[in-house]
Amino acid sequence: MRQTLEEIKFSKEELERYSRHLIIPEFNIEGQKKLKHARVLVVGTGGLGAPLLLYLTAAGVGTIGIVDFDVVDYSNLQRQVLFTTHDVGRPKVEAAQERLSALNPHVRFEVFNTRLDSTNALEIISQFDVVADGTDNFPTRYLVNDACVLAGKVNVFASIFRFEGQVSVFNYRYPDGSRGPNYRDLFPTPPPPGLVPSCAEGGVIGVLPGILGSLQANEVIKVITGVGEPLAGRFFQFDAAEFKTRIFKITRDPENPLTGSNPTQTELIDYEFFCGINLNHNTMSNQVSNGQLSVTDLHEWIKSGKDFQLIDVREPYEYEIANLGAILIPKGEILRHLDEIDRTRDVVIHCRSGKRSQDVIDLLKQEEGYNNLYNLKGGILAWADEIDPSMAKY
Amino acid sequence: MITIFIPTPLRRFAAEQAKVSVNAKNVAEAIKSLTSIHPSLTPYIYDEGELIRKHVRIYLGEDDIREKEGINTLLKEGDELSIIPAIAGGTH
Repeated sequence: MRQTLEEIKFSKEELERYSRHLIIPEFNIEGQKKLKHARVLVVGTGGLGAPLLLYLTAAGVGTIGIVDFDVVDYSNLQRQVLFTTHDVGRPKVEAAQERLSALNPHVRFEVFNTRLDSTNALEIISQFDVVADGTDNFPTRYLVNDACVLAGKVNVFASIFRFEGQVSVFNYRYPDGSRGPNYRDLFPTPPPPGLVPSCAEGGVIGVLPGILGSLQANEVIKVITGVGEPLAGRFFQFDAAEFKTRIFKITRDPENPLTGSNPTQTELIDYEFFCGINLNHNTMSNQVSNGQLSVTDLHEWIKSGKDFQLIDVREPYEYEIANLGAILIPKGEILRHLDEIDRTRDVVIHCRSGKRSQDVIDLLKQEEGYNNLYNLKGGILAWADEIDPSMAKY
Repeated sequence: MITIFIPTPLRRFAAEQAKVSVNAKNVAEAIKSLTSIHPSLTPYIYDEGELIRKHVRIYLGEDDIREKEGINTLLKEGDELSIIPAIAGGTH
């Protein structure tokens, strides 16, 4: 059960730790209580995530969620000051949690060692109050934006490239309940693939994410505590080469598919497709290569009479609502039923949306050495949407 | 003269200049002058239909030209235009 704001208490050690906040008249213990009560999700533990996580942890945000699928490598250490040389090869969320827990043991961490995508973004983001987007590519930028708008969360955004930085607070909730503009108002569509190189290709000055991530952390703290004027409806641009800073107003786009005058988008979409990446991603070879099988491909497999095993990892009561005739092994019981999971044929695992089945696959791969597993992308919901409209969605 | 600020990601297509001065009556003319001085900028600002790309914002002072008359927005001596492209880095 989540504590109410009134129930938040501080130990003597915490009062001493946060004393420099407590003596700021407009911040004081009320601001500190709001921080401890808050649940913030940091997407990405890269260059922006490092200062974000360090400062939010030090400041005493009560619960911090961390999403990343990557492991630390040497090329990260030039700017990702959260990690040390000893962390190379470790999952980023694991190394981050260890370092941050040592910094402030009063903070609770909820880590998601996974890639944020359309199948899990709403489920993860819905669990938090504020999201800080420190990702590194356009598909995830639009995904985080859309999920925040659909879930009603504030999205504190920062982005960098070489010597350029941008910061804004999207979908800010004003006291009257209205919402500020979002990323799609500023940039309706991403650049065509290849026009703008990524930081991995184009480079970035190592200090820049430190500066922008710190500004981002400051906006997160302002949004939570209500102290100051958040950077909503405006965005900040930093030119580190010339040391020029500018603030621009964000104009709402009447054609914004989420919040424009005629909204057409009510759920998450395929963001790689939207960004023109992997345009042939529906082909079987591509899906299979990254372990994801589309419902269209599964349909093809079934029609073609391919020899494979289909496993459903939902609960029996869900199976009752709708099923694909798969073998039912609920996620929590999977390790007790290993003898039923084929190691020789291809095995497709599915659940409702694709999240639980991915968890099961990760577990079976890491713990049991399976290498013949495919996740049904979008789960039974996608099947109902694309293959069998008569199937009940729940 | 109108000053156009070039964002850092596009400077390599503008002879590493941070700003370029042009004579122009409106935004369309100003951007055309800029791309005639630095033709390599063209594909980064205009799409195939010669419209400003949707991931590129043009600001007059601190206001998006969409708030005004778009590329037909009239300019006066000393006005400052900024070109702001979307960037996505967070660096993994």
